[in-house]
Formats: sequence, C-alpha cells, structure tokens
Amino acid sequence: MNKLGGFRFDRRGMVAAMLASVALAACGSKPDQGGEKVAAAVVDGQVEKPNLKLGFIKLTDMAPLAIAKEKGFFAEEGLNVTLEPQANWKVLLDGVIGGQLDGAHMLAGQPLAATIGYGTKADLIAPLSLDLNGNAITLSNRVWQDIKPTLPTEGGKITHPISASYLKPVVAKFQQQGKPFNMGMVFPVSTHNYELRYWLAAGGLNPGYYTAGDVGGTVDAEVKLSVTPPPQMPATLEAGTIEGYCVGEPWNQAAVQKGIGVPVITDDEIWHDNPEKVFGLRKDFADKNPATTAALLRAIIKAQQWLDADGGKNRAEAVEILSRPNYVGADKAVIAASMTGKFTFEPGDTRDAAGFNIFFDKFAGYPYYSDAVWYLTQMRRWGQIAEDKPDSWYFETAKAVYRPDLYLAAADKLVKDGVIPAASVPDTDGYRGEQGGFIDGITYDGKQPNAYIAKFKIGLKQGQRVTAAGVSGS
Amino acid sequence: MATLFADAGMNEQPASGTTAPAQPLDQTVSTPAKAAAGQERTNPGKEPSPLVAKARAAGKAVLAPLLGIAIFLCIWAALAPQVNTSLGALPGPVEVAEQGVALVEEWSAAKQAESQFYAEQDARNQAAIAAGNPGAVQEFDYAGPPTFLDQIVTSLETVALGFVLATLVAVPIGLLAGLSPGFNAAINPLVQIMKPVSPLAWLPIVTMVISAMITSADPLLPKAFVISALVVMLCSLWPTLINTAVGTSSIDKDLLNVGRVLKLGFFAKLTKLVLPASLPYIFTGMRLSLGVGWMVLIAAEMLAQNPGLGKFVWDEFQNGSSQSLARIMFAVIVIGLIGFLLDRAMMALQSLASKNHTI
Repeated sequence: MNKLGGFRFDRRGMVAAMLASVALAACGSKPDQGGEKVAAAVVDGQVEKPNLKLGFIKLTDMAPLAIAKEKGFFAEEGLNVTLEPQANWKVLLDGVIGGQLDGAHMLAGQPLAATIGYGTKADLIAPLSLDLNGNAITLSNRVWQDIKPTLPTEGGKITHPISASYLKPVVAKFQQQGKPFNMGMVFPVSTHNYELRYWLAAGGLNPGYYTAGDVGGTVDAEVKLSVTPPPQMPATLEAGTIEGYCVGEPWNQAAVQKGIGVPVITDDEIWHDNPEKVFGLRKDFADKNPATTAALLRAIIKAQQWLDADGGKNRAEAVEILSRPNYVGADKAVIAASMTGKFTFEPGDTRDAAGFNIFFDKFAGYPYYSDAVWYLTQMRRWGQIAEDKPDSWYFETAKAVYRPDLYLAAADKLVKDGVIPAASVPDTDGYRGEQGGFIDGITYDGKQPNAYIAKFKIGLKQGQRVTAAGVSGS
Repeated sequence: MATLFADAGMNEQPASGTTAPAQPLDQTVSTPAKAAAGQERTNPGKEPSPLVAKARAAGKAVLAPLLGIAIFLCIWAALAPQVNTSLGALPGPVEVAEQGVALVEEWSAAKQAESQFYAEQDARNQAAIAAGNPGAVQEFDYAGPPTFLDQIVTSLETVALGFVLATLVAVPIGLLAGLSPGFNAAINPLVQIMKPVSPLAWLPIVTMVISAMITSADPLLPKAFVISALVVMLCSLWPTLINTAVGTSSIDKDLLNVGRVLKLGFFAKLTKLVLPASLPYIFTGMRLSLGVGWMVLIAAEMLAQNPGLGKFVWDEFQNGSSQSLARIMFAVIVIGLIGFLLDRAMMALQSLASKNHTI
C-alpha cells in the first residue's frame, strides 16, 4: 500500500492508504455502473520532482500550459517547468512514453490507445481534460466552389451546419475520373479523425475501416483519410495532396487568411461541446510523484480558469502569449480569429462562436469516463479495436486511463483555498448521462457503449471484422 | 591503393564532393599530394613584380568575393518578392537581416529574463532563510525557451560529440584495414553498404535502441542529444575510415622494409611509421567527416526533435507566421557560416599535421 501511492508511511499516510483501498474496493465491486460520486485521491507531502519538461503541439488548445507557465501558476505550485514544442503527435507520444517528457498536451485518444495497446503500448493516464471544442473542417477552394451553389441559404447566408452529404456529388466526380478523394487529419487516434469520420458518415460518405494492425484505415473508403501534422495542413492542402482536413486552431483560420481553403463546419456543430485534448502522463510517473502530479494539475486548472475568466477578458493577452515563436508562433491575427469568440468561415462570413474554445466553463477540465468511452466506441466503430468488447471492458478501460480522482484531488484543494468556486467542480459519478447535440441526431449514453455503436448506419456492427478484402461477418 | 576498398572512385568521391565548393575561394586542395603542389605554386621567387602581384592577389582575394556576394544579394532582392508563398512573399535580404537582429534581441531579452529569474529566486531563498525556513529554498535552473544562440551552442555540442565518437571508431578500424588486407577485405562490403545510408534511415533505429538502453529517469545526457550525436557519428565516420585505410596502405614500402630491418615491434611500427605517415590522410578524412556530420546534424535534429538549429528551423516552419520564412533563411545562412568555419578550423589542423610530417 505504501508503495502504491508513494506516501510516507506515517499516520496520515496510513489513513490515506486506507481511504485509497476503500476507493479501490468500491471500484472493484462495481466496475460497470459507477453511480457513486468519484472520490478524490488523497495527496500529501512535498513536490517530488520540481523540474519538469512538458511537450506540446503548436495548437491554440495548448493554451493552459503556456498560460500556467507565463502567468506563474506553475511557479506558484513550486514547479520549474520547461515547455517544448514537438514535431508531431507520434514524436510527442514517444517522448512521454520514453520519459524525455514528463507530461504533454495530448489527443484524448492517445492515452486510451496506448493503454489498450493500439500503436505503442504503454500505461498512460489522463487526469485532466484541457478543453472543449476547438477544431474545424476545412475544404480546398476548388471543392468549396463546387459545393457552394448547392448549399441552402438563409437570409443570404449559408445555413449551418453544412452536412457532408453536399460533398457526395464532388466525391462521385472524383471517382468517375478515377481519382481518390483525400482528406487529412492529424493522427489515427485523434479527435479530428473521429470527428471527420463522424461528419462524413453522417452525410452518407464512408471514410473507410481499419484492418487489424494497419493505420491506413481505407478499407471500403469513399473518402481516403491520411495523417498530416497540424502545422503542415495548410501547406499540404495548398499542394493539392488533400482536398480538405480536420484540424485544431489556428490551422483552419490560417487557411482562410492565406486564401487557400474554406472552413465549413466546427466540431461544436458536429458534437456540441465535445471533449478535446487532455493532459497526459505516464501512470508510473503519477504513482511515483503524486504531489507533483497534483501540483501540475492545480497550476493547469488555474490557467484554465484564467483563460475563461469574466467572459474571456484575458483572451487578448492569451493570444499575445500564444503568438510567441516558442509557443504556437502563428500571427496574432490568425490566433485571435478563433480565440476571441468569433470564427471565420468563408472570407467575409464571420460568425459568433462563443463556445469555440472552452477551457474551464461547463466542467471542461473534468475527465469524464463517458468521454473516454465515446472515443473507445469510435475506435470500435472504425475497426481500430478489431473485435467486439463487452460493455464492462469499455468501463474498465475508461477507468484505468481517465482519472477524475486525481483531478478532484487537485480541484478540491483549489476550492478549499478559495481559488476556484465550488460550483466549477461537478458532482458526478464520471458519466455525463445521455447526451444529444450530435449532427446526425443520435444520442449517446456512456453507460451503453455497445448499444450506441449499433445505432450507426455506417460503422462496424456486432461481430463484424475488417480484412483487406472488406468487412465480413454479420 | 587500387586494391583498397575495391573501387578507387570511392575514396575520391567524398573528397571531390566536399572540397569542390571551396576551391574557387582559395585553391585549397584536400589530399596531401595536391597540397604539396599548391605550395610550389605560391613560391614567391617566380613572380616578376612583387607589388603588382600582391595588389592583384589582394583584388582577387577580397574584391572578387565581395562582388560575388553583392551580385547574389541583388539577384536575391530582385527575385524574392516575385515568389508568393502562403506565408507571403519570399523574404529578401533586408527582411532576413531584420529577423537576424530580432533573434539577437530575443536572445538578450531572454538573458535579462534569466538573470531576473535568478535574482528573484535568490531573493526568495534569502527571505526563506531569514524567516528560518530553509526547507523552502529552491535551486531551480532557468526553464525559459532556448534562444537562437542556445540552439547554435547545442548544435555545436552535438556535432562535436558525434565527430569525436566517429573519429575514435574510424581511425583504429581504418588503421587495421590499411595494415591488414584480410581485414580490409572482410569489412569492405559492410563499409560499401553502410556508407551511402541516409541519416533519416538511421534515425528510427538509433532512436529505438537509445530509448531502450537509456532507462534512467534523469540520464547524464538527454536522450535526444545522444540520438542526434549517434546519427551524426554513423553518417560521418566513413570518410575518416576510408582515408585512414588508404593512407595506411599507401605507406612507402621502403619505410616498412626499414622497419622490418630494425625489427620494430607492432606498436613501435604503428607509432613511428604508420601513424606519422598516414596522419595527413587521417586529417583529410576527418575534415570530410566533419563536413558530412554538420550536414547530417540538421536533418537529425529536425527529426529527433533534439534542441538545436535543425529544431529551430522545423519549429519556425511549423509556426507559419509571416516572419517564419525570414527566420528560417537567417538560420540557413548561419548554418552555412558555421559549416564554413568548422571546415576552416579542420583545414588549419590538417595543414599543421601535413607540415610536421612531410613524407
């Protein structure tokens, strides 16, 4: 027990250990239902490892890390943090697994996929969610010109959200000419992959399935998806390699400003208030350094609050910080285009998008089990999880990776110290309950993953498997 | 020499490839034999009027290069605005120079932030000690972002480590290969196959091996640093190895016969005959190696995400801001200048080695 939490073995440590074992026992007896409020982990003692290096990808949703550093929240918690940009998600993941990085701004799918052994196998955890929303899908100018006349309008403005079904004639035209219709996303287990697939499938276009062990995911595909690191997206679109992409900011607004593409839909319109990046680290790091982990989380939560404070009064300053070359580095105007409550689609078509980046409000930081389960259902839907899994497997995997107990340990202390309001920490069993807000009208209940997977028209069904020849089984 | 490493062209290929650009500048040649010829040509006795010749030489040495650079800058300034990229027009010399100044300013600002950080930390520590709470004393290193100059220093350190390792491996193997035809025949195919491999192909292998080998949480040298240095080593050891072998095998047979008559032991033969005779070749190889290493380093840093100039270029590419291209171009110029200076330093060493051991 002493080893488990890394506590000193004094009386407080004993109490902590007993509490932890009670919590574990509770988890063990009811792995699938939850029902009770998630208990906070007990954290005590000094920061074990004050010098830390965290990785990030040049995207605006790394903002909580940059703000925690620049506004001194890390320093307040006694941490000396170096932030290091990474070339792509694979390099970042290897950095965390290999120990060069102590933690990182991660795709929600990365710690899940690593833990279940899809790609590099490693025990990673996500004790905090960094933000909600923040992505969009951009199409190249020539595709946009093709579909624009067919789109319905309302008062002179194109009606949103735009369904992917309007892409069908363009895709058919490509197929007649014998050309593949290619689109880009940032990583096989990225939110962007699942959002782009969700949007295409909701519009009746098949984005293709993954066979066991391959990362192409193009079996039966009408639209072929490929991986490009976020910062290279505009350049790849401009080169004509892809006809569109799904990526985080500022790379959609960059396409608008450079006049090479048109964002057509934000992820908020695909799934309202969808969970985005997480803060990921190795499980053994968190086990060995519980006080450090809690201090890191507290600093990031403070930064998240700062970013969303008073209706976004700090966003202008955040834009200035993010535009520095050692963080996101893009031009201020490009970053500001999505960080300050507006989002530009076509040039001249700027709309309100107050919820485009949410870092703190709406319990954005709490790592809900149901969010993890949603990502797992999409992995099964597209064949990244090759075989059917029982519901209980989804719950157990979510519990192993998403760690609201660690989040609560940090957040509760901040509430106690009066730093954040008590109302900003949810009272929940870790499942959001039945959720709507999807573009295709399908509702999602995190407690019924298999029933949810069965609802999709395009997607693997119970018992189906994917081989290079196609989908087989009933 | 012809039998060594089967094809004679192989030895010359790296030599001509790397030294060709240097030749128009000062007629430097890289093989000792040619160097001797160069010395003859600069013999002052043959010139009719020393003053005129000096003036002409100075014109050639100073004016011609300046003119070349000026013409290049004009063409660059004229053509760059014509090229429109998604990051705006291609920057001209002025924009690049501006970004160079900005980078230096960023460096001095970072230095200031660093000293402020330490001053504040010291003040906090003293306050803590004064308050009787020595447990609160923090001895943190400044964790700010690396500036351009920091990146240059890291790159130089990386290439130095890779180069030293390459030399330590290549020279003994080269000596053995030069002395023993059997050993030479044994490693020849391996050398032939390994030599043309690109750093980008080595990188994943080296990355995985190093990641597996360095398991300590707080290693002496950062993993990314070791990875880049090893890739530099793998790519840059071949010119030294081959030149050493060639130098060793082409020792005057008379010298070896003398050694045999004197009944020199192996080590005596090595230190008295072989090493002195092949030293100019070894240095030629090392100079080529360093050139290759510097070129490889930038690619390795880009991919391994080791701090350094390669990472700087990659990060700026990823930034995609309106200044990014100018900053990348400035980095390119700096990379070129450093490569040139490294080459010069090695050349000085090389001529020193050749001078002391004329054969």
